[in-house]
Amino acid sequence: MSASLSRAAAALLRWGRGAVGGGGGGGLPGVGVRAASSGGQAEQLDALVKKDKVVVFLKGTPEQPQCGFSNAVVQILRLHGVRDYAAYNVLDDPELRQGIKDYSNWPTIPQVYLNGEFVGGCDILLQMHQNGDLVEELKKLGIRSALIDEKNQDSK
Amino acid sequence: MEMQSLEFAQLVFDLALIQCFLTTFPSLHFGMRMLRAQLARCTVPMATRACASRDSAGSAAGGPVEAAIRAKLEQALSPEVLELRNESGGHAVPAGSETHFRVAVVSSRFEGMSPLQRHRLVHAALSEELAGPVHALAIQAKTPAQWRENPQLDTSPPCLGGSKKTRGTS
Repeated sequence: MSASLSRAAAALLRWGRGAVGGGGGGGLPGVGVRAASSGGQAEQLDALVKKDKVVVFLKGTPEQPQCGFSNAVVQILRLHGVRDYAAYNVLDDPELRQGIKDYSNWPTIPQVYLNGEFVGGCDILLQMHQNGDLVEELKKLGIRSALIDEKNQDSK
Repeated sequence: MEMQSLEFAQLVFDLALIQCFLTTFPSLHFGMRMLRAQLARCTVPMATRACASRDSAGSAAGGPVEAAIRAKLEQALSPEVLELRNESGGHAVPAGSETHFRVAVVSSRFEGMSPLQRHRLVHAALSEELAGPVHALAIQAKTPAQWRENPQLDTSPPCLGGSKKTRGTS
């Protein structure tokens, strides 16, 4: 994938959804997160994390993560077959990078939100993946983890 | 024999020190040749310091940030076990940095706490470091029983370049 395609993909993702089915509720106005005052930004981030069932803030994009910890989040979601999620690249936007840390009161990236609620970073997501909690949480969101099917296949 | 990164760093330091004395103490030249030979046998590349778990407790080579992290966690959580590793060597930062750490904290205070609550407790103890030099902190927060099941400081995933890969600022 060429660099320009990656950037375009990243921009699409930042607008809330790269959904092929089109027209997923539109994205944020491009100015939104960047130009907002701190009070307004909190509200916008709140809207952002609630807009989709699975929202992650990464360094880089799912196609090209630029951090090992962010990549771990991407890979875990991929393992569970979660394809429809909103991914925001904090490296593209310094205000977002700081803003999301203030919003969640969490000092690092990546950050994972499920159903609008902050769940944790890479360590916690990995823990949830290892102990089966992630499958359960995805189920609550109406997402069937791909690992359930794999498990069923193995036991046949 | 695979050399630990700490010994490697020590060798490099020794080599540099000896080089200073070369002109005035010619006999040290032999010492330097021996060191060079040892370095040549070293198989651990500096970039991948994420090798076997190594408890750096009490290590003289730990820097001030590492010492501060250790002290604050001990004070805040009275941990049964505290394993801390400076992982900066595996990331796109200058040598000798104290920016990326991995810590395993084992404390009965974590009983009944969710992972999120435990991590937040660790963050609170290290708020100054996290607002300052520490850029990444991988946390394993376990109760004593959980630690006994798997008493190991994990290794972090390899660095993918971070913001250095883009044209922008860090």
